[in-house]
Amino acid sequence: MADQVTLLDFWPSMFGMRCRVALAEKGVEYEYKDEDLWNKSELLLRMNPVHKKIPILVHNGKPVCESLVIVEYIDETWSHKAPLLPSDPYGRARARFWADFIDKKFYNLGQKVAMTKGEEQEAAKKEFIQSLKLLESELGDEPFFGGKKFGFLDISFIGFYCRFYTYEMCGNFSIEAVCPKLVAWGKRCMEKESVSKSLPDPQKLYGFVLEVKKAMGIE
Amino acid sequence: MGEELKLLGVWGSSFSWRVEIALKLKGVEYEYSEEDIFHNKGASLLKYNPVHKKVPVLVHNGKPIAESQVILEYIDETWKDNPILPRDPYERAMARFWAKFFDEKCMSTLWKSCMRSGPEREKAYEEACDLLSTLEGELKGKKFFGGDTVGFVDIVASFVGHWVGTIQEAVGDNVLNKDKFPVLCKWAEEFRNCPIIKESLPPRDMIVAFFKAQREMITAFYKNKA
Repeated sequence: MADQVTLLDFWPSMFGMRCRVALAEKGVEYEYKDEDLWNKSELLLRMNPVHKKIPILVHNGKPVCESLVIVEYIDETWSHKAPLLPSDPYGRARARFWADFIDKKFYNLGQKVAMTKGEEQEAAKKEFIQSLKLLESELGDEPFFGGKKFGFLDISFIGFYCRFYTYEMCGNFSIEAVCPKLVAWGKRCMEKESVSKSLPDPQKLYGFVLEVKKAMGIE
Repeated sequence: MGEELKLLGVWGSSFSWRVEIALKLKGVEYEYSEEDIFHNKGASLLKYNPVHKKVPVLVHNGKPIAESQVILEYIDETWKDNPILPRDPYERAMARFWAKFFDEKCMSTLWKSCMRSGPEREKAYEEACDLLSTLEGELKGKKFFGGDTVGFVDIVASFVGHWVGTIQEAVGDNVLNKDKFPVLCKWAEEFRNCPIIKESLPPRDMIVAFFKAQREMITAFYKNKA
């Protein structure tokens, strides 16, 4: 019986990107549905009644929500190829810990860097850079967060790498200047087809954010 | 084999307790270290959790693991008896989803509903009722979130299972009540009466003391900010 896999997503979402990359890594064929978040579909609301958010993976009619939960589900369901989490429990715990750190810090700080001005923006930039440096130290001298191989933690952060251009333009700073290893990591990830085919162009993303700011009356 | 297992925790903290009960349910022996998180964080805590400087931290053969849900998964993967998470990938995804929902939504709202006052508290109370209603919906027909036995979500939701009842008595709150949430209250009672869990739950006065210390710390924090 053929698997039916659908991803309800929104092209600029860094959380949606995680799922796209994970599915691509596993070579899973799926239907991609781009949602209008200002006019949510009946399908979205039915598949995620608790949060009413994307991404949602629908596998043979059953929904899985929350991007990191989806990535682990993908890893466990299509386990024959490209393992995303390491096999040892300690390695898995480290990956989950840092993925949780990414979720706790980068979305909100990134929003503030992109959407605010003045003192609020400066404070957010400072903490954003501190958090980036902490994450960069976890990378060490390895090519990927997973070590020699691309994996769960790389997937968890790659969507934010796609936003670096937006953060730099809005915040008027250079991420490469403060975290060169992290930027090199991002470029390395982009060389993988599973990543480059799943992520939007960073400039297009920046354009989108500018439109949102304009619509919200933010300069 | 010489395994070294140490838990850095705080008696009265529900996050800390999650890890303890998981180890106890699996029959795993460990050394417990009570940490001072309110006044003077110890060198061990700062060394083993430099990122967040919080408990609980599990140190296994010198390697630290932090964040209670991450620790629970580590425990489940390392000691395979009496599994906490289901085997089936879809069921595991559901368990992780609800555990996340609980920590990201329920915990903070429930605290606010007990800690704050005035309109902020009223708003938190309303939100808490909505969230508890959603949580209760997930339980219908099952004895525990994990099915017939206590599982990942039950352990994570222990704050509602035991802590909320005690704290709301202490502050004169009534967010978790039998009339509004009969199914959830029944679950809480079953949870508290489980063997091993029953003997291990912290007593009422310890929880109240912890809660008061948390509240003082938060009040002082906001005072210093103003």
